[in-house]
Amino acid sequence: MRILVLADHDLGRLSPATARAIAAAVRLGGQVHVLVAGDGVSGIAREAGSLVGVGRVLVADDPALGDAPAEALTELLETLADDYSHIVGISAAVGRDVMPRLAARLDIQPVTDITEILGPDRFVRPVYAGNALQTVVSPQPRQVLTLRASAFAPAGKSEPAEIESVSAPAAEGLARFIAAHRTVSDAPDLATARVVVAGGVALGSRENFAMIEQLAAMLGGAVGATRAAVDAGYAPNDWQVGQTGKVVAPDLYIGIGISGALQHQAGMSGAKTIVAVNIDPEAPLMKLADYAYKGDLFEAMPALIAALKA
Amino acid sequence: MKILVAAKRVIDHNVRLRVKPDGSGVETAGVRMSMNPFCKHAVEAAVRLKEAGHADEIVVVSIGPKQASDVLLTALAMGADRGILIETDAAIETLGIARLLRAAVAEEKPDLVLLGKQSVDGDNNHTGQMLAGLLGWPQATFASAILVEGDAIRVTREVDYGRSEHLLGLPAVVTADLRLNTPRNTALPAVMQARKKPLAIRPVAEFGVDIAPRLTIDKTASPPTRGAGQTLAGFDELVATVRRLAAAEEDR
Repeated sequence: MRILVLADHDLGRLSPATARAIAAAVRLGGQVHVLVAGDGVSGIAREAGSLVGVGRVLVADDPALGDAPAEALTELLETLADDYSHIVGISAAVGRDVMPRLAARLDIQPVTDITEILGPDRFVRPVYAGNALQTVVSPQPRQVLTLRASAFAPAGKSEPAEIESVSAPAAEGLARFIAAHRTVSDAPDLATARVVVAGGVALGSRENFAMIEQLAAMLGGAVGATRAAVDAGYAPNDWQVGQTGKVVAPDLYIGIGISGALQHQAGMSGAKTIVAVNIDPEAPLMKLADYAYKGDLFEAMPALIAALKA
Repeated sequence: MKILVAAKRVIDHNVRLRVKPDGSGVETAGVRMSMNPFCKHAVEAAVRLKEAGHADEIVVVSIGPKQASDVLLTALAMGADRGILIETDAAIETLGIARLLRAAVAEEKPDLVLLGKQSVDGDNNHTGQMLAGLLGWPQATFASAILVEGDAIRVTREVDYGRSEHLLGLPAVVTADLRLNTPRNTALPAVMQARKKPLAIRPVAEFGVDIAPRLTIDKTASPPTRGAGQTLAGFDELVATVRRLAAAEEDR
């Protein structure tokens, strides 16, 4: 058995999720190789090679792979697939985009968003916004999977693994990348953060949402938002936590002015400790929380920030 | 252009789900069903493209039991022109669904296929990508904007770092995210009108597609429940709690 993990990376750095996916892939029980595909990714390949469990790093360094196009990444993975029993992506934008396309090309039914590995062909994955957990058995000759990074602990550092260059097939040019609109933030990666401070639509404006960012920065945490807060334009889309956004499992989650719709809970109920601040004690998140504080966020937030500064 | 939209009937997203005590699945008897929310965004996007003069026909396809014709009626009431129900009582995996949709595409020859990015039952997020892979067409997943530019489309996608923009030649597959649009509500007259639109019900066997499942579901369980929480008595307790939890985090 040999396992190939597609590394996630951005701005020249390996994503924190990749170290978690590698540690999880080791549990599938085979030799783990990592594919780093992109434009100017040799540094990322070295970073990937220094993680425990990585037997070899394959590098596809090609301008055509620069923006992680699903079509070209799929073609590349298709050329490598014969050597592997498992091809594993991360349940994030790139993995979700590429892995099902690859599976269809290989005539495989994929199993995605896996939160627990019970064996090489036996997995647990949430369905219905996390309201049910399915144990899935996949008796297929090859597996195409994605893993939910926040459900697994990261791999540590080790001796560097061998790095091998692979070449990407000439791209078909089906789709052309035009532009990236990035959210600029110093906050840590939301999907794998140990502290998340999240705000709801009750914040009332983009300006008020800055209080969430301020508290997150003070606690060294990432910033999250509900769908309603993103829809209202108070927070960028990549901060959305929930069934259809990012799924987080921090040690500490602080939800401010969040009622806690089931779809939001699907993205954060794996948090170790939940603190909720809401004017409505009957809000679902207040019921879910380990610590619930009933109060007006416009009084509580400035006072909390001031008190923590003191 | 001609647009094909796929729409799925699912347990309504507002229903409080119940897992069957014997672990065999979730309770569906007597449970309210409706169109998957993401599929609604896909239908709405197609209708807006038609209203803007970019599309001349919208065909909507659903795969499921005969009750799934309700989902097609909703889509027709929103503005789709024609419905096809591929009728089956089987639970078909996403590979089988993608294959059936490929067969529908081969018949209909659309320029653009629109789907929801995921259905809120299986939460798979597969079908659009798999269909695009089978067809060898370009794909743009998690779309929050679609603009027609000549004989191509410019799609904005919601990705991990924010948004990205892509230009896709047609034919192409696009999957809808939540911020693509606000789906319209359908008033009664539109629903009555929709009943007059063509709706073909065709048995799944007619398509001659292998839909045998590859996976087995061993067990469906409820997620672990969290312990009871506590209400903080006052603001000072909130500050002390956050301070304590944050300090514990720093010590790790």
